[in-house]
Amino acid sequence: MDRLMNVVAVLSALLIVLVLLSIRRAHIRVEYSGSWLAAGVLLLALSRFRALQDWIASTLGLTDAPLAVLMVAGSLFLVVLYRSSMVLSNLKDSNIALAQKVAILEFQIGSLDEKVKATAR
Amino acid sequence: MKLLILIPAFNEEGAVGSVIGEVHAAMPGVDVLVVDDCSEDATRHVARAAGARVLSVPHHLGLGGCVQAGYRLAFELGYDYVIRVDGDGQHDPRDIPNVLEALEREQCEMVIGSRFVDGAQGQTSFVRAMGIHFFRAVLRPILGRPVRDPTSGFVGVNRTALALFSRSFPLEYPEIEALVVLQRKRFRFVEVPCRMRPRRAGRSTITAVKSLYYIAHVLLGVMVNVLKFEGRRK
Repeated sequence: MDRLMNVVAVLSALLIVLVLLSIRRAHIRVEYSGSWLAAGVLLLALSRFRALQDWIASTLGLTDAPLAVLMVAGSLFLVVLYRSSMVLSNLKDSNIALAQKVAILEFQIGSLDEKVKATAR
Repeated sequence: MKLLILIPAFNEEGAVGSVIGEVHAAMPGVDVLVVDDCSEDATRHVARAAGARVLSVPHHLGLGGCVQAGYRLAFELGYDYVIRVDGDGQHDPRDIPNVLEALEREQCEMVIGSRFVDGAQGQTSFVRAMGIHFFRAVLRPILGRPVRDPTSGFVGVNRTALALFSRSFPLEYPEIEALVVLQRKRFRFVEVPCRMRPRRAGRSTITAVKSLYYIAHVLLGVMVNVLKFEGRRK
């Protein structure tokens, strides 16, 4: 069990480092890093504090503390993925609206251009 | 009365020119706008050469995004009616006057050119026919009335519906979901008979394998539109 919690601790620390490096290299925006950092910190804390694991296990009605940690980890990742889907959906809506606006503006510029050329003739 | 014929097209260089020619023959002098959904072939050049104006979107948006771009432009340019005809030649432009006449006569927000109302001629594949039957049954309680051809893309809208669709329009497979969007506003639609023909060239984007995805996607879209919170999209 200790080995499993050590693995969770290492993976959580790696996640935190990876997110921080990604922020530094501008691969991920600060506002979208918060949920990943929170998930990493929470998992790291859970893996280090046995009393916390036991409390969560008893709250969930589980006899196995590591199983409780894995359930929390799974739930956290589901929440983060759900949030990512919301962000993606908003971005897609904005992207389509922007593409439509660009196309309409290009069309109108082209129409004005034709009118100017016709007037000049 | 300002009328625009809207033709969404994606890789339709083989058919779009003749469709535009038929539109001009059926409705001389009418404005024709081809919305080119970032085609990889010569669709936009063929459309321009055939006498249409072309709205080119900067990247592929899918049918709904492409049609909505046309609706937005039509609304900004002050058109009273927009009639959508597919760029693959499946819709017969000789039916455009019937759709326009119904829009003016019925004072409804949308007119659907239907292959299943009396006097219509047209055949469809078995898979599509099954899908149509399925969505008729799904839409009947939502719309509170029957709709014979919910997947038809041959539709005319007046300025009221144009205002709505330029703000809120389903983005992937729009025909069926658009009926639900319309219903939410208590807008009316009627169906008029029209002819449907086999596509002139190119391939349909809806293959047999995609049909199941189409049904699941549209079904989900219908449910989402029924439950949609109006304040979200700007």
